Amino acid sequence: MSSLNAELEREDAVLELSGLRVRLGGRAVLQDIDLRVRPGEFVGVIGANGAGKTTLLKVILGLVRPDEGQVRIAGRDVRDARSLVGYVPQSFSPDPDLPLRARDLVALGLDGARWGFSLGGRQRRGRIDEALSWVDAERYADQPIGRLSGGELQRLLVAQALIAQPRMVLLDEPLANLDLRSQDDVVDLVGRVAHERGVTVVLVTHDMNPLLPVMDRILYLARGQAALGTVDEVVRGDVLSQLYGHHVDVVRVHGRILVVGGTDSESLTCSTCDG
Amino acid sequence: MGILETLFPPGLFSASFMQNAWIAGTAVAVLSACVGFFVVLRGASFAAHAVPRASFAGAAGAVLAGGDTLVGLAIFSVLSSLGIAALSSRRDQGQTTALVLMAALGLGSLFLTLGGAYAPEVYALLFGQIVGISQGDVLGILALLLLTLLGTALLYRPLLWTSVAPDVAEARGVPRRRMEILFLLLLALAATAAVPVVGALLSFSLMVGPAAAAAYFGRSPGRSLAIAVLIGVFSIWFSLIFAYDTGLPVGFFVAAVTAVFYGLGRLWAWLWEIERGLQRAA
Repeated sequence: MSSLNAELEREDAVLELSGLRVRLGGRAVLQDIDLRVRPGEFVGVIGANGAGKTTLLKVILGLVRPDEGQVRIAGRDVRDARSLVGYVPQSFSPDPDLPLRARDLVALGLDGARWGFSLGGRQRRGRIDEALSWVDAERYADQPIGRLSGGELQRLLVAQALIAQPRMVLLDEPLANLDLRSQDDVVDLVGRVAHERGVTVVLVTHDMNPLLPVMDRILYLARGQAALGTVDEVVRGDVLSQLYGHHVDVVRVHGRILVVGGTDSESLTCSTCDG
Repeated sequence: MGILETLFPPGLFSASFMQNAWIAGTAVAVLSACVGFFVVLRGASFAAHAVPRASFAGAAGAVLAGGDTLVGLAIFSVLSSLGIAALSSRRDQGQTTALVLMAALGLGSLFLTLGGAYAPEVYALLFGQIVGISQGDVLGILALLLLTLLGTALLYRPLLWTSVAPDVAEARGVPRRRMEILFLLLLALAATAAVPVVGALLSFSLMVGPAAAAAYFGRSPGRSLAIAVLIGVFSIWFSLIFAYDTGLPVGFFVAAVTAVFYGLGRLWAWLWEIERGLQRAA
């Protein structure tokens, strides 16, 4: 009975990391990461530069093999699950004269990995239009992507990820280089992806504040280790002090959370208050 | 025929060496534009510049060994492509491309000296000898046309994806490095076909010129590729007619015409931007 339950639970998790350890160049980048993410859950992965965020993403994408532990996506090995995972990369700045319209970019998410070229067809066009409408990008569907704003591009990348109907979408610093309004728009959009479309969202960022309205749980990374839970459970002085290995204070100002670390001026850092 | 003969100088279409030139020139224009489209998308202009030049060493080697020029070109363009692919890291392809080019040109000068090639032969390799294309060369070039067309058609979508959004394509399982190698092999095929026609120094112009200009005219990948082919074919036809008439080198006309198209493309983009600004203001 208990094994049956375990089986059911495993199938229920879209993403499951257990006992994950990654060493790169002799240095432990990630240690003992355990994580189970349910369908439609929004998990923010937060951490400063070098905390292991990018490595964690690469492990989930199957681009880096962990030294120990397991990664399973919807109960499958990562390599068999590529079609279940959408990815929105960090820093995407196409050449201004790239001969590629918004709809062409989104189309690549649908069938870009296939051989040959597409002869079009009404059904394919319909799916592309639909994906564009999910992210409210119909208005610039036929514009060349090199001339779009950062926020518009970010929406297209989300559409490119969603069009293949993944179970989970990974976003790497999608708010970097966006103005505050575009940040809010993207967060709102991604929140709806999780909570209305039921697609699991794992969003990596160095600033947790824009995510506070939509994030279900937070995976806080520091020194290759992680604390997992709701924001109230994790973003506390005692939890983060233990994670960082030195004293940090958590300060709440006007609904924003600031993590201030260090006791002397040399190590005084404010890891999450920019942006 | 009567009209053609009054419009164009005699023999432009009827002389057998000109017929070879028309076929080979058109084939090279088409395959260069197809491969050039991806060269421009990937920002791989330096590789497109280096591979034909490096293949020059192969032609020089063929002269030395008494072999077929096209075979020598093919061997050296493939070797230099693979060299660039094997040695370059993800970040800096430029440095290794330069080193491969340097090594090949060094060998080329050695082969030329040892082989005792005389000036017109070297000149033909560097600047092309479109009216000296033999029946055998035409067949070879047509085979290369078929191969590159098949290759670009087959790899179109994954190559497009790894060119415009490599991180996403890789995350979705498109093998990025293998696509890079396949792209460089396509480049090698195009260089092999183009060098005898427009020469090692100028085959670059037929590859990058039309595709770079087309990026301004065609805003979608399919249209841009089609326009690149049209510009390439127009350039080579125009050049053949005028080179035949004036006795000036084909390469000069090809470079000039593609440069004009590129300039027009920039102008078009500039006007388009103004119109967009006006629309936004309205």
